[in-house]
Amino acid sequence: MTALHATPAEPGTVGRFRWAVADALAVAGRDVAHWRRRPAAVLVGALFPVLLLLMFTYLLGGGMVVPGGGDYRDFLVPGMLALAMVFGVEATMTAVVTDTARGITDRFRSLPMAPSAVVAGRCLADMASSVVGLVVLVVAALALGWRPDGLVPALAAVGLLLLLRLAFLWMGIYLGLLARDPSAVMAVQILVWPFAFLSNAFVAASSMPGWLATVAEWNPVAGTVTAVRELFGAPVDSGGGWATDHALLLAVAWPVLLTAVFAVLSVRRFQGLSR
Amino acid sequence: MQLRGLVKRYGDRAVVDGLDLEVARGEVFALLGPNGAGKTTTIEILEGVRKRDGGDVRVLGVDPASAGRDWRARVGVVSQGSGAAQELSVREILDHFSGYHATPRPTAELIAAVGLEEKAGTRVGRLSGGQRRRLEVALGVQGRPELVFLDEPTTGMDPVARRQFWELIRGLRAEGATVLLTTHYLDEAAELSDRVGVIADGRLVEVAPPDELGAELRRLATVRWSEDGAVREVRTATPGVVLRDLLATSVTGDLPGLTVTRPSLEDVYLSLVGAPSTVCTDSEGDPR
Repeated sequence: MTALHATPAEPGTVGRFRWAVADALAVAGRDVAHWRRRPAAVLVGALFPVLLLLMFTYLLGGGMVVPGGGDYRDFLVPGMLALAMVFGVEATMTAVVTDTARGITDRFRSLPMAPSAVVAGRCLADMASSVVGLVVLVVAALALGWRPDGLVPALAAVGLLLLLRLAFLWMGIYLGLLARDPSAVMAVQILVWPFAFLSNAFVAASSMPGWLATVAEWNPVAGTVTAVRELFGAPVDSGGGWATDHALLLAVAWPVLLTAVFAVLSVRRFQGLSR
Repeated sequence: MQLRGLVKRYGDRAVVDGLDLEVARGEVFALLGPNGAGKTTTIEILEGVRKRDGGDVRVLGVDPASAGRDWRARVGVVSQGSGAAQELSVREILDHFSGYHATPRPTAELIAAVGLEEKAGTRVGRLSGGQRRRLEVALGVQGRPELVFLDEPTTGMDPVARRQFWELIRGLRAEGATVLLTTHYLDEAAELSDRVGVIADGRLVEVAPPDELGAELRRLATVRWSEDGAVREVRTATPGVVLRDLLATSVTGDLPGLTVTRPSLEDVYLSLVGAPSTVCTDSEGDPR
């Protein structure tokens, strides 16, 4: 089902658009219905970053030195928020690979629905669940005494975080289409850890040995982490290089680049399902 | 529905190798064949979910590889995968998927048609394999399709459910729908279909109404008897003549262990697909 799109029930671009939106909402609604049936799984997914926040604040935080001598909790919260977005890659990948393994993706492909709806519905559902996850984590951070600087910069920070989630959502879609069975998710669940530690999310990149610091600074989440710290008024790694100085640029450029690459790869892969 | 010279390769292996087929509107056509013969690949190409490597295909006048939404709305698919979410109930799934069709059959009617009334509120994850197949069938016919593809629809169903499924297919036929199904069950093919196509090694080896299937093979009867302690057998179109000659030459005037058999539908099928069967083991002629 590659090139030719269907003729929509209502003719014209508006009708086609309305139809695509309706189908995407229906697909997303299916996920929401699932989550309502399995609240425990959703809860665990949302509470895991909270657990990390608690562990790093109270168990490891005592030994952490923040650049410029700020509070480690304030330094950590933006890092945890960004990592929560990265962890979303697992949820997306699991959902996609399960749908494919159970033949649901094929069922969708055989229905008179907009070709974009499967993926668009996935995006809607996962973005919605990420918003819930962010709210849970922010409430937990507020309970620990963390306070952002102001409402407007905080909302801008949330925007950057959701942009990052979008990038990892597309990565999850691609990996989910690539994997043959759900056990492949395990590998990703393990690999997110070195990825997370090799960034500035938990410690300042400048505290790492030379070349590792550069890698951590250029980590796709690093720009978002630094930019969100600035927007929240948290301590920022001051001894960084070009990447840290241009964090806001990277916080937009990295997710946009990742989204573009993985969206193209995913569409290709999706079309390749009919081979 | 027309196929001409359909070819599908996986690597170097041609799974479908020059298949020709025509199915008329309103016909119920059964594709019979052993596992790996190319049935599912063929049906998936016709459904437009798999690409082909060669040949010309027209389904409802359209090439399914480039067919759009209008075409999809006219086609129903029951594939081999389970295809249903585990956490939702039968009724919820049917209600959900009805949203993708312009004029779906009412959920209650569908549930009754596949005999899942008692399981309507049960989560799909708790259904048995056969019950899940029934749900799949319901999903396949939900959009009132003109053409229905069913890939081994009755696998895992108990005999009662199979009979119920047959009624459903007869109902579809009465409404004028065209049905293409694959099956392992010969009685099912004989019961339901106007014509049967036997597929082996990616080719159609025979297409005929079920009672005429393997007419050549079925004309031949096998005459078997014992002589000098050994079993002898002859395949012949004229068993009466053979018997007369045998009796005439028999020393005792009797033929111990005499049987005259004609091949069953199953024997015909087995010889068509090249599997060993009792009718193929004789010395006189090998129908393969």
